[in-house]
Formats: sequence, C-alpha cells, structure tokens
Amino acid sequence: MRRFLQAVILSLVAPVAHADLAVFACESEWGALARALGGERVSVSVATRPHQDPHRIEARPSLIAAMRGADLAMCSGAELEVGWLPLLQRRSGNPAVQDGAPGMFRAAEQVEPLGVPDAVDRSMGDVHPSGNPHVHLDPRRIARIAEAAGARMAELDPDHGDHYRRGTEEFLSEWRAALDRWEDEAETLRGLRVIVHHDNWLYLEDWLGLERVAELEPKPGVPPTPSHIASLRERAGEADVIVHAAYVDPRPARRLSEMTGIPVVELPYTVGGAEQAQDLFGLFEVTLERLTAVAR
Amino acid sequence: MPIPRLTLVAVAVTLAVPATAQSADKAFNPAVSLILDGRYADYDEEVFELPGFQIGGEAGLPDKGFSLGHTELTMSANVDQLLYGEFTAAIEEGETEIEEAYIETLGLGGGLTLRGGRFFSGFGYLNDVHDHAQDFAQTPLVYQAMFGGHLGDDGVQARWIAPTPLYLELGGELLAGRTFPGGDNEDGAEAGVLFARIGADLGDSWNWRLGTSWYASDFEQREAGGHHHGDGGGDADNELLDGEVDVAGLDAVFKWAPGGNATQRNLTLSAEYLVREESGEAEFSEDGNVGTADYDGEQTAWYFSAVYQWQPRWRAGLRYERLSADNDLNDFTVESGTLDFDEFAEESGLGDGADPERASLMVDYAPSEFSRFRVQYDRDDFGHDAEDRIYLQYTVSLGAHGAHGF
Repeated sequence: MRRFLQAVILSLVAPVAHADLAVFACESEWGALARALGGERVSVSVATRPHQDPHRIEARPSLIAAMRGADLAMCSGAELEVGWLPLLQRRSGNPAVQDGAPGMFRAAEQVEPLGVPDAVDRSMGDVHPSGNPHVHLDPRRIARIAEAAGARMAELDPDHGDHYRRGTEEFLSEWRAALDRWEDEAETLRGLRVIVHHDNWLYLEDWLGLERVAELEPKPGVPPTPSHIASLRERAGEADVIVHAAYVDPRPARRLSEMTGIPVVELPYTVGGAEQAQDLFGLFEVTLERLTAVAR
Repeated sequence: MPIPRLTLVAVAVTLAVPATAQSADKAFNPAVSLILDGRYADYDEEVFELPGFQIGGEAGLPDKGFSLGHTELTMSANVDQLLYGEFTAAIEEGETEIEEAYIETLGLGGGLTLRGGRFFSGFGYLNDVHDHAQDFAQTPLVYQAMFGGHLGDDGVQARWIAPTPLYLELGGELLAGRTFPGGDNEDGAEAGVLFARIGADLGDSWNWRLGTSWYASDFEQREAGGHHHGDGGGDADNELLDGEVDVAGLDAVFKWAPGGNATQRNLTLSAEYLVREESGEAEFSEDGNVGTADYDGEQTAWYFSAVYQWQPRWRAGLRYERLSADNDLNDFTVESGTLDFDEFAEESGLGDGADPERASLMVDYAPSEFSRFRVQYDRDDFGHDAEDRIYLQYTVSLGAHGAHGF
C-alpha cells in the first residue's frame, strides 16, 4: 500500500520537479524551432498540426489547458492567429503569455514584413494590416527569429541561460551553413514563374526570386471558384509550376494543371507537412528538392 | 527594469486598430464589431405557449414577415495590464439592451480568472454564445423555456483551470437573481451558479467537451408573459411569488474534422439536458378575477443537434428538442371575481399538457467568416396542432474579427 501511495505521489510531483520551459507553439514551424534551440530543457505543445489550416483553429479545450501552463508562447503574429490566440490568452488566466509579457513571442515582430497593404478593407478578402504573416518560409528571417527566440528563452529561464545561448549558437551555425548550400542549389530557381493556391508563399518567393503569376483564390481566404480557375487559363500560359501547401485541398490546383498541362507541386509549407520534413532543415530540403525537380 | 523595445513594439502593434498611420488618440481604441441580422419569417400560429412552462425573458417567435433580428454592437479592449473589458448591446425596435458589460482579469495566475459586471452565465454549452454565433436562427427552445433565451445577470464570476493536460475548468458565480428564471428580490444577490467542464482531443480528428452546471435562485416576485383572452381582452397578469428555482444541466459537444482540418468538412454534435425545479405561490389575475395556488413544478428539457459542413462555406444542421413538465398546483383559491381551476392552470402556463417539441432543419451559406445566409424550417408541436415555420436570415459582422470559440 505504501509503495502504491509513493508511486502516486511521485507521479503527481514529478512533472513539477522537471522545471522544463513549457512552450506553446501556435504552429509547427515554431514548435520545431523551440525544440531546436531548447533541446531537452523545453517541453513543446503545438496548437496547429501540419495538415491543419492555421487560420481556422478554434480555442478548443486542449489548447486552453496547454496555454494555461505555458511559460512561453511562440506564434507568428501579424494577426494570423487573431481568431483564436486572444481568446486563449484570456481563457488561460496565465500572466506569462499576455500581450506585453516576455512570454508572448511573435515571430513577425522580429523581422521586416513583406506585403504591408496601403489600406485594408474586408472586401479585399483576408488581408493582414501588418503585412503577410507567413514569415517562416524565408530561412534568412528564421535566423533572425531564432536569435530573438533563443534570447527570449534565456530571459525567461535565466538559470539555464547558457544552455539556450549554446543551443542557439549551434543551431545558427548549422543553419547558416545549410543556408549557403541552399542558396547555391536554388540558383536554378531564380525567375521561376509560379501560380499559388493562397498568398502564403510571399517570403519564399522573395528569398528564391520566384515570380508569382496568379493565385487560385480570387481573393485571399476565398476558396477557388471554377470560374476563377477557368479565367486563369490564359495567364497560366506564362507559368512554370502551380504550388500549394500540404494542408489545402489539392483539387483546384490539379484542375488548373489538367486544363493547362502545367505541373503541380505540393510543398510541405510547415514542419511535418511531408515525411522528410520533420524539422526546419528538412522543410527547406524537401521544398527545394520538389521545386528543382519541376524546374528542370 | 526597462521594458525591452521589442515588448513596447509588441504592445503597440497589438493595440493599434489598423497598422497604417493612425493618430495617437485612436491607437488605443477598442476593437469594435457590429452585427447586422435580418430575417423573413413565414408561419401561421403566432401564439407562443409552452404548456407547463411560464414564459419569461426573451422567449418567443420572430415577427412574421420581414424584421430585424438582434442588431448587436460589441466593443472590447484591454483596460490596462490587469484587466480586459467587453461590452455588447443588443438593439431591437429602438430599445437598446445591454447584454454584456464586464471587466475580466488578464493573467491573474494559477489558472484563475475573475469577471464582474453583466454577462451571460457560464452555465451549459450554448448559454454564453451570442445569438449571431449560433448554428440555428434562434436559441434552442430548451434555453427559451428554461432561461428566456440566455441566462444573463449582474454579478461576479470566478473560473479556474486545473494545471492538468486534460482540460478541467471549475466556475462559480454570484448573481443578482433578478433575471428570468429568477425574479425581483430584496438583496439583489440571490442567485448562484456552479459549473465544471472537462475536454480533450481524441486522436487527430475529434475534439470534445463535457460539462455539468447548476443554477439556483430565490425571488419575491417573478412576472411571466401574460395571455390575452379572446377579443378585446383586458390585461392579464401572471406572477410567481416567494419562489425558489434551481436548474441542473449536463452538456456535451463533439467536433470532428478529417485530420483536424476543418476547412473542407467538419461536424459538430451537441446535446444538453436540463432539469428545473421551482416552487412558489402562483397568482393569475385578469379583469378583476384573481386566483392563487401553491405551485411545485419540475420541468425537463433537452436538445440534440448535428451540424455538418460538406464543403467550404456550406453547412446543414438538424436539431431536435423536447420539453416536458410535471407540475403540482394545490390549494387553489379564488381571491376575487370568478375563475375556475382549469382556466387558471391554462392561463398561468403551469398546467401540465402534452410535451412540447421542436425539430429544426437548416442550411446555411457563408461567403466568408463575416457573413452568412440561412434558410431554416421548424416543425413545432406544442400540444395543439403542429406548426410549420420557415425562416430566411442573414447575419453579418462588420469590423473586428470575432473569436473562434469551441
């Protein structure tokens, strides 16, 4: 009986004794970054799984519970999570992740945004006043975000500051080496003309020098309509490839491809969106591999 | 310790309304959203009576033909580092009613949140969901019968989330008790609510939440919807005096989406079961005829609802609801004039009758997250003849992006 009680007490106390930095990542890419920088010192929960649309997440019970115990929330920001992050912040009762607290980390605030509109109106579809939020698709911006995230982890958990600083340095040196390699491989992609499903590739286009010809969505966030896809046939003649993320419905892209003969490429978009894309390095390896296969 | 520059940037970016150039005094304005709701209703029987249930609050039917539904203005903002505030006014027929106006703590710590002011109670599943965010043209008949639409009142609320991976939330409220099914009372602090909920993910595709709730209140006087008798009838007045009421409820919601991605297809299944016990002195008066009786009643109500999105922007929903009452009226006394017991039982709404039921079928089309068009067919069977009702409705939201509740 005593052994049983000891076991029960240990199992209740043990999680507390670990003192991991609890990270709540809004999307898979930030979960992967947190693990890469923090190693065994962080325990990460991710709100958006790789095949889920981050715009559509609801503040479901499991997320409220995870947010309640988070020391650090890592999100994209720029209103990508406007439908659910504020509700999670309020429902969690957790001071660490409120706006203005160091535990609320928004990636889009660490880097210069692209696609900031001059004016916004709902008739324009789902536009983001602070610029395009999908900042993780540019490895140069990831480096800047990683520096800031590592520093933030050290600020929140100063007792293990050296661990986070070392983790960040190791990540960055590996990352910069990979970045050089990728930029060599990606020379062939410069000027590649793409049609995208949704406007979430802006930062990748900027890094690789891709030229966007059209979007399958008539307006951002509005599902592709058959008439809009048909209207793209003429402009499609100028494109080399149609690109869509693993989490979207592939049928509109395939329909346009059948009509025009232009190849379709599914890209992982985030960590976990493809079998070989299980971390940030894999994400870009697979992305470049699939694009260069088509560009040839 | 100086606030890091990045934190100041974070604060400014979050609180500013559009990020484009704004004068400094507008930068801290609340998020504002305006809900416009209009409808067309076609049906025959206008009288809304649920045998065994005294109608109160906003229970009833939409006006026949064209009418505006709930026009709602919501404003919300962080007040300072400690508090958040939210205000919702419902505007109907030139009357502005404050539905919610409350302050709430932000990150108090220990999973605790405190709220004070006027708010919809955390009872049940749908109670704190505003009408425009619900899946059918009206709140469930269950809520209309039990709470007059929504249980909303002035008071304080405390909620605590347990530090467990399984979501467990406990809540308690102390309320004025002046709103239906409570009534006027001397202290204005007579109602209490307790609720507990758990929830989690099941695999990649399912999410669920189960809850149990309880409400209790005492009151000195509660008005119920009066009936007008025949042609040119005089004023009828229905009251419950020196009463007690308590409502217990169970709620369950299950959501499914393939791989958890709700963009293409998703399904929401929900059900609630409520039991209300109330007692008091029932008094009915009309044109000088006054009768009273000792009333002790137990009413149950439940609904089951399924809403399925089969492609982006299109959804269909089915809801079935059933109410039943088991009321005792004893010591019937005619205080003045003439009134027979059967008339009293019927007019007060407390006589037993057939179990009222409603089945609703709806289809809606949402061009974006901010607009929705709905057609709904209701079949009401309240104990007389079954009634068919058709509703056409639009609901749009202007301004700030609303929150995706569960």
